[in-house]
Amino acid sequence: MSKIVHHIPEDMLAAYAAGTLPHGFAVVVAAHVSLCPDCRAALEAHHAAGGVLLESAGSVSVSDRLKADLLSRLDEPFTPEPVYERSGVYPGPVVQALKGRAPRWKSLGMGVRQDILSNDAESSVRLLYIPGGQAVPDHSHHGLELTLVLQGSFHDETGRFGVGDLEIADDTLEHTPIADEGEPCICLAATDAPLRFRALVPRLLQPFFRI
Amino acid sequence: MNVSQNKSDLSQQTIWMLAVRDNRDRQAFAALFDHFAPRLKGFIMRSGTSLERAEEIVQDVMLTIWRKAATFDPHRAQVSGWIYQIARNRQIDILRKENRPLPEELKEEPGQEPDASQLLALQQEADKLKQALAKLSDEQREMIEKAYLGELTHQEISTQSGLPLGTIKSRIRLGLDRLRYELKDLQE
Repeated sequence: MSKIVHHIPEDMLAAYAAGTLPHGFAVVVAAHVSLCPDCRAALEAHHAAGGVLLESAGSVSVSDRLKADLLSRLDEPFTPEPVYERSGVYPGPVVQALKGRAPRWKSLGMGVRQDILSNDAESSVRLLYIPGGQAVPDHSHHGLELTLVLQGSFHDETGRFGVGDLEIADDTLEHTPIADEGEPCICLAATDAPLRFRALVPRLLQPFFRI
Repeated sequence: MNVSQNKSDLSQQTIWMLAVRDNRDRQAFAALFDHFAPRLKGFIMRSGTSLERAEEIVQDVMLTIWRKAATFDPHRAQVSGWIYQIARNRQIDILRKENRPLPEELKEEPGQEPDASQLLALQQEADKLKQALAKLSDEQREMIEKAYLGELTHQEISTQSGLPLGTIKSRIRLGLDRLRYELKDLQE
């Protein structure tokens, strides 16, 4: 794996640690951290900071029966939460979002495919499959868009992005990501608003494809 | 894991947590409860949770600590930071009734010897972080508490210029070298 050069900004890691990122972004952050020791260490630093605040937070006394109830429950049988392992190029959190299944690709034309993993009022997250040398239609955004490369690489006006790299685009950026020649580029992409396309035809198709 | 030779240097919470992890020590768990349950309750109630609901969540978090004790690694986390993370995860899972996406767990190699110097270095870094946070102005302190309690959106965190996130990053490097070492095999 080549070295990851595009990381998660500090404010976004802090929001992830505190649990306030929209779901789609949280999937991307968890996937990047699975691939990136630097961001894992930074995330653990945020947990440590949260821990210091927890230590010094005001205490509120707990009822007497809480402890007794708890101690009596220690031997209760329980089902451990499922653990999602990496599968091929897909990190554990992506496998979790896929619910353990293989991607179900739907064509967007020109060889580009997608699989929408979740789409709620706050955010959406999807997998994108872009053949080598192919461009993703020119688009700008209403909000933030995070794109994490899982296979291959792409470049646009702002730079080159390889496996593990995270591109963050806001509404000031109009860019044309192009997959590099070679193997298809697979990305995990999340937005907090629907994408809008500049070309007329893709815009007409947008409600249909939910992109 | 045998850390007895360095026990006097470890924090009381770490000693309790290792006793829970390695020996399923109920007395040590009760001591952890006495220390953390009231703090967790205060923490959880700050985000507007009712008294009764807060106790339910405290019980859930403490039970999760007991069940997930095997994943506690004192080389990488202080007990308080590990518990903070579990508390945030559980509170969100309960609220949304679904599991939030979490990074893959690192796999510890079996029988790995504890590195006493690493344990102490981590503890010292956490102490420095505590001192740095104690030196913040009241206003900064309030902002940072709100951020880590989940009271600020990502947008609010990113536009708060007074939020000393850089301080946190520079004060604590939390076993980065060790992480690199552990991940080396996985990534090659």
